[in-house]
Amino acid sequence: MPTEVAALVTAAKAGDRGAFDELVKATYAETYTLALRLTHDEEDARDVVQEAYLRAYKGLKKFREDAQFTTWLYRITANCAATHLGKGNRHRHEDLEDAADTLFDERPEADPEAQADAGLLRDRLSVALAHLPPRLRSVVVLRDVYDLPHEEIAEELGITEAAAKVRLHRARKQLRERLFPMRGEEEARAV
Amino acid sequence: MRCDEVAELLPGIVDGGEIAERRVQRHVESCLRCQAELVQYRKLLKALHVLRTEVLEPAPGLLTDILAGIEAAGERRAVRSLLNGRNAAYAGGTAAALAAGAVGAILLARSARSRKVALAS
Repeated sequence: MPTEVAALVTAAKAGDRGAFDELVKATYAETYTLALRLTHDEEDARDVVQEAYLRAYKGLKKFREDAQFTTWLYRITANCAATHLGKGNRHRHEDLEDAADTLFDERPEADPEAQADAGLLRDRLSVALAHLPPRLRSVVVLRDVYDLPHEEIAEELGITEAAAKVRLHRARKQLRERLFPMRGEEEARAV
Repeated sequence: MRCDEVAELLPGIVDGGEIAERRVQRHVESCLRCQAELVQYRKLLKALHVLRTEVLEPAPGLLTDILAGIEAAGERRAVRSLLNGRNAAYAGGTAAALAAGAVGAILLARSARSRKVALAS
């Protein structure tokens, strides 16, 4: 697949429109997944993906083939999502919170210790991610899911590297607290 | 060190992104609570890494919309380059006409001057 993508990139850079279409077909589901993880809204994710591919198409000549095409595309997607969320047009965090709350299983047998299987943890993680403020979610998704370096994350989100690290700390802390709540956590820390 | 001080550092040191000072390491080695919290951060990171392998199904029609958007952008680009080409051709034609006019004017002026010289002599 990577070799195939690389060949398509070379052809597309040479002006082959069909090759660019093939690139889109090969990568759009993954790009959509990232966009949805960043925005947590299907409609926003669609807009972000379309904008990302348009930018990629227009800027393809600038793409240096020493990096992976998908990584380059992820950076563009992150930038588009940041711009889109920055507009605050349709993004309603409160609605997400309401939706997420209904996904929590509040039955007694649903305590984290008893239901530690990977599938459930994944589902709860998705809900926890939905609860994060978008500016924290973007950083943790790009760093811990997509493995982008702090420097690139900062550049695409228009923040400093130090700010990216602070946001990552906060995001991880909030996710941990939501996934693994500890009884009387604050009191026990007094030592 | 206190647990709450160490707890603030755990999100940064869990993946080796930041190096824990010796005193932080010593605290974690001897504190079950902080060890448990570190394990939770490790589980969290592992679960986040696993998300990378998942691909969510896009809603139908997305691919068509993306390709249509690129098609439209491609057409706009083609029209723009065509217009730019025409503009260049117009500019070239105008420059050629001006140059030809200038040459003609110079030739006329020369021939008029030589006629005057001939009449004077």
